[in-house]
Amino acid sequence: MSVIFDILAAVGLWEAVLRIATPLIFGTLGVLLCERVGVLNLGIEGIMTFGAMVGWLTVYSGGDLWTGMAAAALGGAAFGLLHAILTVPLGLSQHVTGLGITLFASSFAYYVFRLAVPVATSPPTVEPFRPLDVFGLADLPVVGPVLFGQTAPTYLALALVVVLAWVIYRTPLGLALRMAGENPHALDAQGVDPIRLRIWAIMAGSALMAMGGAFLTLAAFNSFFPTMVQGRGWICVALVVFASWRPGRALLGALLFAFFDAFQLRLQTVVDGVPYQLFLMAPYLLSILALIVMARRARVPQALMQPYRRGER
Amino acid sequence: MTRVLELRGITKRFGAVTANEDVSLHLDQGEIVALLGENGAGKTTLMSILFGHYTADAGTVRVDGAELPPGRSRAAIQAGVGMVHQHFALAPNLSVLDNIVTGTEPLWRPVSRRSAARAKLAGLMDRFGLTVDPDSLVADLSVGECQRVEILKALYNDARILILDEPTAVLTTQEAERLFATLREMTGQGLSLIFISHKLNEVMAAADRVVVLRGGRVVAERATEATSKDELAELMVGRRVERPRRPPATPGPVVLEARDLRLSGRGGASLNGVSFALRSGETLGIIGVSGNGQTTLAGLVSGLYAPDSGALLVKGREITRHAVPDAIAAGIGRIPEDRHAEGAIGDLSLWENAVLERIWSPEFSRRGLVRRRAARAATAEIIRGYDVRGAGVDSRIRLLSGGNMQKLILGRALSADPDILVAAQPSRGLDEGAIAAVHARLLEARARGAGVLLISEDLDEVLALSDRVRAIVGGRLSPAIPSDDADARRLGLMMAGDWAAAGEDAHAV
Ligand SMILES: Nc1ncnc2c1ncn2[C@@H]1O[C@H](COP(=O)(O)OP(=O)(O)OP(=O)(O)O)[C@@H](O)[C@H]1O
Ligand SMILES: [Mg+2]
Repeated sequence: MSVIFDILAAVGLWEAVLRIATPLIFGTLGVLLCERVGVLNLGIEGIMTFGAMVGWLTVYSGGDLWTGMAAAALGGAAFGLLHAILTVPLGLSQHVTGLGITLFASSFAYYVFRLAVPVATSPPTVEPFRPLDVFGLADLPVVGPVLFGQTAPTYLALALVVVLAWVIYRTPLGLALRMAGENPHALDAQGVDPIRLRIWAIMAGSALMAMGGAFLTLAAFNSFFPTMVQGRGWICVALVVFASWRPGRALLGALLFAFFDAFQLRLQTVVDGVPYQLFLMAPYLLSILALIVMARRARVPQALMQPYRRGER
Repeated sequence: MTRVLELRGITKRFGAVTANEDVSLHLDQGEIVALLGENGAGKTTLMSILFGHYTADAGTVRVDGAELPPGRSRAAIQAGVGMVHQHFALAPNLSVLDNIVTGTEPLWRPVSRRSAARAKLAGLMDRFGLTVDPDSLVADLSVGECQRVEILKALYNDARILILDEPTAVLTTQEAERLFATLREMTGQGLSLIFISHKLNEVMAAADRVVVLRGGRVVAERATEATSKDELAELMVGRRVERPRRPPATPGPVVLEARDLRLSGRGGASLNGVSFALRSGETLGIIGVSGNGQTTLAGLVSGLYAPDSGALLVKGREITRHAVPDAIAAGIGRIPEDRHAEGAIGDLSLWENAVLERIWSPEFSRRGLVRRRAARAATAEIIRGYDVRGAGVDSRIRLLSGGNMQKLILGRALSADPDILVAAQPSRGLDEGAIAAVHARLLEARARGAGVLLISEDLDEVLALSDRVRAIVGGRLSPAIPSDDADARRLGLMMAGDWAAAGEDAHAV
């Protein structure tokens, strides 16, 4: 028991939570935006990988870190556009298209990486985002490093939660986004083109996903390797259900998952005689449990996965 | 009189189907024009073109003399055209206010101006006597309220020309009367209206002018005072239509018996002790103000819900498993009230929809494989026998107009030769010709010995088809009266729950 207490008392754990949560926040917001307009985007896993690669490569070849983030966002938006064209005007299966994009984007990322770095025994690193000292408060005990000593993209992710929540609930655009996911016929009847809106939203959402990937290479691992996303994308898809398609709750879910993850990592090192794979499984098992509890109350966008064709009844 | 709207030479084809051919139509300020026509005549299509939802193959739409760009709803809205759709275009999970405001502001405005919107909406509700709680979810509204939201949506966009596609098809008589009062109020304030309806009474009462479509063409145009219901019916269908007469019944043994059925919490309004007996070869009509349990009763008899207590007996045997397949196996055929939600699967073909209920019967499947040829043949038979128009065996059923879909559902239910037929609002949204056809089929089923449980809000229909009539009030059934003794006054008393007075009346007569 005291072992668990020691882990919980360590500042390192709490510091790690926000860091681990950051790519999940980006990804979850991305999925949320796509699904709010009625389109499932299972391309996330590949789009995150691609974003991680593009961000890294941009910085590796001399760009600065924010240029790397922006390049990743653009790359993500490009795959978003592909997904959007296939699923919105063409109305193809969103599952199949999304999985196809995941496979394609992951392989394409690795291919470009290998072209750029033909032979390397250990993956080359870049100089990553440094922890900030927000308001000069990073030196405060405990809360300092946890809340004020994170890297800049983490604060961007947190700001985006607020922005997205504002957009969805407070702006005319958000209202239109929600209606596109609830009943595109109704939106069309109000004179807004649901097809164009869906395409733009998917592109924006995919850009967010790719930024989550770029965080991994530009702030967490400092280098790119093809398997680095490791299912984070799928977690984001689940977190959106957990969050009942609400940005605030999405943040909560990402933090919760990050907490489990940080906790199990530390537990691994102190508990002997238990295969470490069990610890690795723990956050996922807990997510499934949380999902079972929360998803029952979730309110799904009514037109999720229903293609809209104009001039059809 | 200023001409506010003019359609000229509109033609629209869907593949092989010509929905509109060279249609011209105009509307003057302050006028109410009724658009009449059979199911599938092309009324909705024409209005969708006017609203910019469909693009016409030929022809022009002018509002106040200026031509509208084709296929752009936004342009139509800005020109002052508002549309109340036949199938409401509302998002159920959003609030009334959200549904109304969406799309009316510039999308890039940083904050939606809620309080201004609320005030404007409150003003409109006041001005036209249309009240709805702006904060309730659309999912929680009744159909009548949804309709008000649809109208408010159009008014909120400052519509001066309002198009209503079958606005009264799903309304109760009282709601419909209120609606027409509102519409008159609107024309008084300078709006101009086009409404589509199959109910000739309404058309005669409310319209200034009537335009009749048949097979996608305008076949006649009449000032209301220069025409009659009979003439309109004939113009619509192209021949004289007469609803069939009910021959005397020859009731046989009881085929369906309900004993003190109670159910609450599922299927809408609760049932609080429903008992009745239905004999073979007779029709029992159930009337009532909607929301008194008729939908629940229909659902229960068709196997959708199990009662909390009480028993349902089919030919003397109690039903123990309340599930739709068991109900079908027990010989209960059904015509559900909401054909789009419960009667058909829009994206499946006609033949799939036609055989789905009985897909496990040896007629349609063998060793787990569907016998497509037999299924198609049976469907073709229904299409021929019930005069289903506008699509073939393999088309998606979504493409059928409402009336034609209803005929297919009726054909599906009757081709199984059921002992009991539950018909809920069987002629809702149907044209005069189709109603006559549906009535004839229901009488035929009765003559063949089926017991028909007819649940309908249309009193004329109930009186024409039923042998006995009961009213449902608060989940309870009134005593039955022979329909030959019924008149509007007695039925009104019955529906109001004053059964004693309704009974005394009978003695007095
Ligand atoms: N999107 C579409 N695709 C294919 N066919 C269509 C489409 N919309 C309408 N049709 C066909 O066009 C014809 C006219 O349909 P429309 O809905 O305009 O009829 P309606 O007069 O409104 O009938 P109802 O009284 O049943 O509502 C029908 O034969 C219908 O099947
Ligand atoms: Mg119609």
